[in-house]
Amino acid sequence: MTDVANAIVLLLNFVIVPGVAYGSQLALGALGVTLIFGILRFANFAHGDVMAFGTMVVLLTTWWFQGMGVGIAPLPTALIALPFGIVGAAAFNLAADRVVFRFYRRRKSPPVILLIASVGVMFALQGIVRFIIGPDDRRLADGARFIIKASEFKAATGLKEGLAIKLSQGLTLAVAAIAVAALFWFLHRTRAGKAMRAYSDNEDLALLSGVSPDRVVFYAWLIAATLAAVAGTMYGIDKSYKPFTYFQLLLPIFASAILGGIGHPIGAVAGGFIVALSETAVTYAYKKFLRYLVPESWEPSGLMQLLSTDYKLAISFVILVVVLLVRPTGIFRGRVLS
Amino acid sequence: MRTKLSRPVLWTPRLRTPLLFVGMAALLIAVGVGQSWVVSLSILNLCLISAIMALGLNMQWGYAGLLNVGVMGFAALGGLAGVLISQSPVADAWSAGGAGLGIALAVVVAAALLIVLLRRFVRRKPLRTAGTAVVLVAGFFIARIFFDPAVDEIERIDSATTGYLGGAGLPIILSWIVGGLLAAGAAWLIGKVALGLRSDYFAIATLGIAEIVITVIKNEDWLSRGVKNVTGLDRPVPYEIDLQQSSWFLDLVHWLGADPITGSSIFVKLCYAVLFALVLIAIVWLAERALNSPWGRMMRAIRDNEDAAAAMGKDVTRRHMQIFVLGAAVTGIAGAMLTTLDGQFTPGSYQPLRFTFLVWVMVIVGGSGNNWGAVFGGFLVWFVWVEAEPAGFWLMDAITAGLPEDKPLRAHLLDSAAYMRLIVMGLILLLVMRFSPRGIIPERRGR
Repeated sequence: MTDVANAIVLLLNFVIVPGVAYGSQLALGALGVTLIFGILRFANFAHGDVMAFGTMVVLLTTWWFQGMGVGIAPLPTALIALPFGIVGAAAFNLAADRVVFRFYRRRKSPPVILLIASVGVMFALQGIVRFIIGPDDRRLADGARFIIKASEFKAATGLKEGLAIKLSQGLTLAVAAIAVAALFWFLHRTRAGKAMRAYSDNEDLALLSGVSPDRVVFYAWLIAATLAAVAGTMYGIDKSYKPFTYFQLLLPIFASAILGGIGHPIGAVAGGFIVALSETAVTYAYKKFLRYLVPESWEPSGLMQLLSTDYKLAISFVILVVVLLVRPTGIFRGRVLS
Repeated sequence: MRTKLSRPVLWTPRLRTPLLFVGMAALLIAVGVGQSWVVSLSILNLCLISAIMALGLNMQWGYAGLLNVGVMGFAALGGLAGVLISQSPVADAWSAGGAGLGIALAVVVAAALLIVLLRRFVRRKPLRTAGTAVVLVAGFFIARIFFDPAVDEIERIDSATTGYLGGAGLPIILSWIVGGLLAAGAAWLIGKVALGLRSDYFAIATLGIAEIVITVIKNEDWLSRGVKNVTGLDRPVPYEIDLQQSSWFLDLVHWLGADPITGSSIFVKLCYAVLFALVLIAIVWLAERALNSPWGRMMRAIRDNEDAAAAMGKDVTRRHMQIFVLGAAVTGIAGAMLTTLDGQFTPGSYQPLRFTFLVWVMVIVGGSGNNWGAVFGGFLVWFVWVEAEPAGFWLMDAITAGLPEDKPLRAHLLDSAAYMRLIVMGLILLLVMRFSPRGIIPERRGR
């Protein structure tokens, strides 16, 4: 019996816990992409870099707070700097809309043009972020490291395998839950949220009912920026802050959004968790896990790893392709906010 | 004779294209005189390669409206051909792991065939899906049984210098053709999967496939040593050191009154430039012929209105596949040429910004749908990409000249000047899209 418990703890520690934390980060990112798609109907290639920009503001503010000796130990200082990051990202998104996207929107350009314009914004934004903070890897986390330490867990349960939950992982899940709950409350309970859903569902009908398109677009950019800053900061606290990684996150984020059904918020959240958990599950070496479960003579000789960890990125993509082929609308039949 | 006075007389559409290219040449000459001829020729060589890459993307996006965001993958496959063709084969590696790899490959091919047959002959859908899944999973594990030990054996052989299968030991110039074929083959496979998708999904799909191609090349060390790189590739042109010792070259340099070391470097770069220019001219010629033929008109018709073209009996999916493969082949050729120029294959250097999005900027800025526009875009954007760094540095230096030398702000701004190029690229793309949406040399309409 303890063998089974050991195996489960092993899986929890190396697959489920990191997967769930990463999944919440992807879910937040995918929500932003899906929201912009639902309202403005284009895939925003600059979203990953908006995450990097917001997180950069958080990092700078964190340094400022740390310099003044302000902190909320044991929680990371970045958490109180987060509002500044949100304001920064929102300011950027709104400025980008005013300077770039509004023009094409008013001319009713095809979505492809907006997509290419977002590539231009992405270029400029990558330059701006690197110009201000440089391309290096930086640490965003401070304060306590663990909620549960592996050694404490072993002592408490008497199992051979330990379960460690990092503070950043717990925090990510909590913050993501709050953000998602707030978003759904906004979309379903407020006037502006309902207007957004109506606009996403049927633009003409919403306009006819007196929904202001500028207002809806304003909220979409604002919320996307908020989610981007939160996602970026959580990822930064959990791992580290490096502008290029945020650009690379774009692919799993797109995969999550499409998997769930693009334009569909619940789908984006589900997609984020599915992509993240499959990434960790497929690249985990199951040798030790199986050793607990099978008789000694059956013990596998190899690592029992489906794919090496280097292929993480490929997995999110394979999922994406399979979904696009088998069920192009995604799990939740996307295309509209609902 | 009535001409508008507001516009210079020379600036007619007929003369604009040649004038722009003359301007581009003037820029390169200015760099030659102002900085150095070696720098100028290095820029020129990469301009030529960039122009070919831009032509490839222009076929896909400009002629046919395919939103291919996976240029990097095709360029890398072309580059891979440089290794596979020119490096000499590693006999020990072949004897150690060749058989295992062969069996694994056979298993994969057999599984693929089985899936094709299954999908063709089994009518019931649940059965078909389940069968495909079973064959896929079984094929993966059976292939791994032979693949893993073979790879271990190959990578163990003299891993500091080889540890891979090596290539065919042929002249590297052949890799330009093979690189094109390799990229075309990959494009065919990708097209089978992705071409039916809506344009934005197609973009995301190709973005992902390009990342996967790079990941595979980075991690499959038995193929091309992965991130350990393959250096010292074969060269289609003489080595500087040999030139410096050959009497005819020394005579030539002496006659020109130049320094032998700089002279040899310039000579080598000129040789490359001539080779690249020949390829570029050939491709432009073919592309212009194609674009002005009934085939080109059909492509534009499909791009502008798929439904109408389909109603006229054009097979839209097949034509899309055709142009996707052709464009990828051209990109692959450029990729192989780039590896040839570098003399090494470094998978780590393939980044989407440089190899996909920059090529996009070239096509959009130059003028999508116009071959000369794509070529000009390739030249101009590469030139700006390279020269933005010294220009940014100079600008920062000028702005911060009032600050004392040791002020941290000044040091930071000077350090960051390199990133000016990203901002400049973004601005150029956005400005052209806004104020000249058809590019600098727009597509000619009404032919």
